[in-house]
Amino acid sequence: MTMAAIDVLSWICLVTGGFFGIVGGIGLLRLPDLFSRFHAAGVTDTLGAGLILIGLMLQAGWSLITIKLVLILGFGLFTSPTATHALAKAALHGKVKPRLSRKGT
Amino acid sequence: MPHAISLAFICFALWLLLSGHYVPLMLVLGLLATLFVVAIAVRMEISNREGQPIHLLPMVLSYWPWLLWEIVKANFVVARCILTPALPIKPTLIKVKASQKSRLGKVVYANSITLTPGTVSIDIKGNEIEVHALTRTAAQDLKRGHMDRRVTKFVGSN
Repeated sequence: MTMAAIDVLSWICLVTGGFFGIVGGIGLLRLPDLFSRFHAAGVTDTLGAGLILIGLMLQAGWSLITIKLVLILGFGLFTSPTATHALAKAALHGKVKPRLSRKGT
Repeated sequence: MPHAISLAFICFALWLLLSGHYVPLMLVLGLLATLFVVAIAVRMEISNREGQPIHLLPMVLSYWPWLLWEIVKANFVVARCILTPALPIKPTLIKVKASQKSRLGKVVYANSITLTPGTVSIDIKGNEIEVHALTRTAAQDLKRGHMDRRVTKFVGSN
């Protein structure tokens, strides 16, 4: 009974995570410029990857694999904003102007 | 010194968990590798309060859950923006004040901003962080400074 419950929970996490991964992908295509696309990538990085990893942890149970998955999630959450920041700063200093909406609109 | 010891402990624990080898020869080799890494870190002077903020550990328990919940909420907002056919985005560049005094505090704040979808920190100049926000609401929420106060409380007054 509990096994089935964990399985269901795990699949809910996996499917929702996959959904947010796809949303991030759609965002990358739909958003207009480099800077706004960071936000779409952020969706995939955080909730997309996070939910998929949690789903996999539930599948793995209490084992060394789960610890490794936790480590992947942890390192991902620490490194992805750093990478995003490096990219954004490089773009700004390389004279890529963000496309901004006009004031008052 | 307490930072070097904690680094050694963390490195060796990580080695044990990731390698899965528990024979004496391998354990000794792992221990040697750990000591080597710690020696390099100490020589590079990165084994200190800033490189290894172990003093923040107790506060992590209250800050991380709060940040995670903020991230989940922001994810839904951005996902709805992306999926709305009219694409209701208003990209803005704003400057927010970072009230943290230490470099570590500012890094925690800037990273938290970036980790929350809808806002990306681009640059830090002095006490100001330049932020690219996807929507006007995301920019206003950040300007209100709730996250800034949480981070300052998290890293303490130093």
